[in-house]
Amino acid sequence: MQSRALEILVGFFVCLGVSAVFILTFRVASLTSVEGGKGYTVTATFQNIGGLKPGGAVKLAGVKIGRVKGITIDPSSFEAVATMEISDVYNNIPEDSGGKILTAGLLGEQYVSIDVGGAEETLKNGSKLKFTQSALVLENIIGQFLTSQASKSPEKDAK
Amino acid sequence: MTTNASDDAALVRVRGLNFSHGPRVIYDGVDVDIPRGKVTAIMGPSGTGKTTLLRIIGGQWRPAAGTVEFDGVNVHTQRRTALYELRKRMGMLFQNGALLTDLSVFENVAFPLREHTQLPESMIRDLVLMKLEAVGLRGARDLYPSQLSGGMSRRVGLARAIALDPDLVMYDEPFTGQDPISMGVLMRLIRSLNDALGLTSIVVSHDVEEVLSISDYAYVIASGKVLASGTPDSIRNSDSPYVQQFLRGEPDGPVAFHYKAAAYADDLMNKGAQK
Amino acid sequence: MKGSFSIITDMLQGLGRAQFFLLSIIGAIPSALLRPRLLAQQVYAVGVMSLIIIVISGSFVGMVLALQGYRTLVDFGAAESLGVFFAVVIVRELGPVVTALLFAGRAGSALAAEIGLMKATDQLSGMEMMAVDPIKRVIAPRFIAGVFAMPLLSMIFAMMAIGIAGGHAIGVNLLGVDDGAYWSQIHSSLHWEDIRDSLVKSTVFGAAVSWIAVYQGYHAAPTSEGVSRATTSTVVVSSLAILALDFILTAFMFH
Repeated sequence: MQSRALEILVGFFVCLGVSAVFILTFRVASLTSVEGGKGYTVTATFQNIGGLKPGGAVKLAGVKIGRVKGITIDPSSFEAVATMEISDVYNNIPEDSGGKILTAGLLGEQYVSIDVGGAEETLKNGSKLKFTQSALVLENIIGQFLTSQASKSPEKDAK
Repeated sequence: MTTNASDDAALVRVRGLNFSHGPRVIYDGVDVDIPRGKVTAIMGPSGTGKTTLLRIIGGQWRPAAGTVEFDGVNVHTQRRTALYELRKRMGMLFQNGALLTDLSVFENVAFPLREHTQLPESMIRDLVLMKLEAVGLRGARDLYPSQLSGGMSRRVGLARAIALDPDLVMYDEPFTGQDPISMGVLMRLIRSLNDALGLTSIVVSHDVEEVLSISDYAYVIASGKVLASGTPDSIRNSDSPYVQQFLRGEPDGPVAFHYKAAAYADDLMNKGAQK
Repeated sequence: MKGSFSIITDMLQGLGRAQFFLLSIIGAIPSALLRPRLLAQQVYAVGVMSLIIIVISGSFVGMVLALQGYRTLVDFGAAESLGVFFAVVIVRELGPVVTALLFAGRAGSALAAEIGLMKATDQLSGMEMMAVDPIKRVIAPRFIAGVFAMPLLSMIFAMMAIGIAGGHAIGVNLLGVDDGAYWSQIHSSLHWEDIRDSLVKSTVFGAAVSWIAVYQGYHAAPTSEGVSRATTSTVVVSSLAILALDFILTAFMFH
C-alpha cells in the first residue's frame, strides 16, 4: 500500500507515457510518406492527370521517392499542375528528366513515374519537369482502337 | 484509562492506539493488555471497530499513532519476513470462517502446514486429523466449504487457526448468527482449547452473556475509548450507565433510541405548512 | 457529490496503484514459477474455460471471412487468392484480437469475479493472517496462466479459422477454391515474422487482460455490488486496452 499522493503521481506519469507512445505511433504509421522539411518540391504539368490523386506515389525505376502533395489547374493553359515532394535523399535527379502517369498493376492506383534524363544539372526545390506524358484514359484508347478498326474494314469489304 | 493488569505478563500490549478510517475516528487513545494464557473478551456495539483491533494487532492495518507489541516485539516496525514470522504465532478465526472455497476441509486445515513447514505428508495428515478431532469434525474432512453449515465452517476455521500451534488465537465475532447448540459448541471449544493448549485467546463479540461466561478478562470499548475493563464480575458491577445499558440490552439510555432529529411536534406541523 | 477534479485524481490514483500492483505481481513470479502444480491448475482452468468458445468462434469467423473474401475477390478473378487473404487477415489481426476479446469476456471476467469474491469472503485476508502472501499464491499464478494461455488460444483460433473449419471448409469445399492453391498461397505468404508478430501480440494482450482482471478483482469493494462492478470493468477496460494496443503494435510491426 503506497500513499495516495504517490499513486496519483505514478498514474500521471503513466498517462504521459501512454500519450507519448500514441504520438510516436502516429508518426511511425505515417513514416512511409516524406515528412515536411525533408524533401524538396518539384512541379509537373500534364494534359490529363487521369486518376492521380494527392498522396499518390512518385516513383523512379519503380522505387518510391516521394509523393504528390497537391493537384491544381493552371489558369492560363488549363492544364493540370501536380506538385510533388521528393525526398532529399534523391537530390541528384537530372534536370531534364520526364514524368509519366502510370497505373500500379492492372487495376491499381495511379502514380508519377520519373524517367531519368542525362543533364548535368539536377532537380532542385521549385524545379519544373520539362517532359511529361499524361495518363492513358481507357475510353480514348478504346475510341482509337474502334476508329482504327473502322478504317480497316472498308478495305476488307472491298475484297 | 489504565488497566488493572493481572500478575501475568501481557502477551499483547496496546498503548495509545489512534486509528481512523477516512473521516471516522475509530480509536482515540486506547490501551489494552491481553494477559497470557487467558481468554480476554473485547466487547462493544457494532461498528466500533472491534474487528479493526484484531487486524491492527495482526499487523494488517497500521495505526496513525500508538504501539502494538506482541510478546515484546513492536508489530508495525517489522519488515515483511519478520512480520510473517510473527503471524505464524497468531491464529485468526474470521467471522465466516474464511475457508478457501476450492479446497476441502482437510486441505484447508492442512494449508498452513503445507505452506510453512516441510513436514512429510504422513505427519501433516496426522496433525490435521488431530486438529479436526479437537473441533469434532474429523469425519467431515472430505467435505467442501459449500457443503458446510455456518457453525461447521467456523469450527473448521478454528481447526485451521490452531494448525501451527500458535501462541495467540483471535476470534472475530464467533457467536454471531449461531443457533444455541452451535453457540454452545463454540463456547466450549474456545475455553477448552485455550486451557488445553495453553493459548492466549482474544474473543471479539457483542454477545455479552456468552462471551463473559467463558472469559477471564474483558474490555468494553465504545466511541473509540475503553469504557471498562476487568474481570467479568467487575464489568457486570460497573458504575458506568453506558456499560449497564450495553450489558442489559436496554433500548434507551446513554445510547439513545431516537436518531437525532427535530422535535416531533414541529416536524408534523411543518409537514402541513409546507404544502 | 464528487467534483470532476476528484474523479480525475481517482482515475490517476487507480492507474498508479495498478502499476505498483503489477510490480508486486512481477516480483512474485519467481516464487510462483517454483510451484508448477499450482500453475498447471490455473492454466488448465483458464484454457479449458476458454477453449470451446475459441474453437467455435474461430470456425465462425473463418467461415464468414471465406464468404466475404470470396465474394470480393471473385470480382477481380482472384478467388484463388483466398489463401493469401486469410493468412494475412487472420494471423496478423483477427486471430490475436478476436481471441483476446473473447478471452477478456470469458476468462478475464471469471478471474476478476473469483478474486473479488475471495476478497469479499475474507479469504485473501485469512491468507495474509496465516502469513501466506496472497499475491504469491493466488494472483501471480493466475496472471502467469493468462499470459501463457493467450498465445496458445490465439493459435488454436487461427487454426480453426484458416484450416479446419472456416476458410478451408467454406472456401475449398463449398465455394470451389482449389485446395492446392489455397494452401500453397498460405505457405508462401505467411512468413515467420508474421507468426512471430502474431504471437507477440497475443502475449501482450494476454498480459494486459490478466493484469486488468486481477487488479479489478483484488481491489474490488468487498460487496456484491463491488464484485459485479469489478467484473464489468474488467471486460470494458480490457477490450479498450486490446484495441488500443493492437493499433500501437500493428503500426510498429506492419508499416
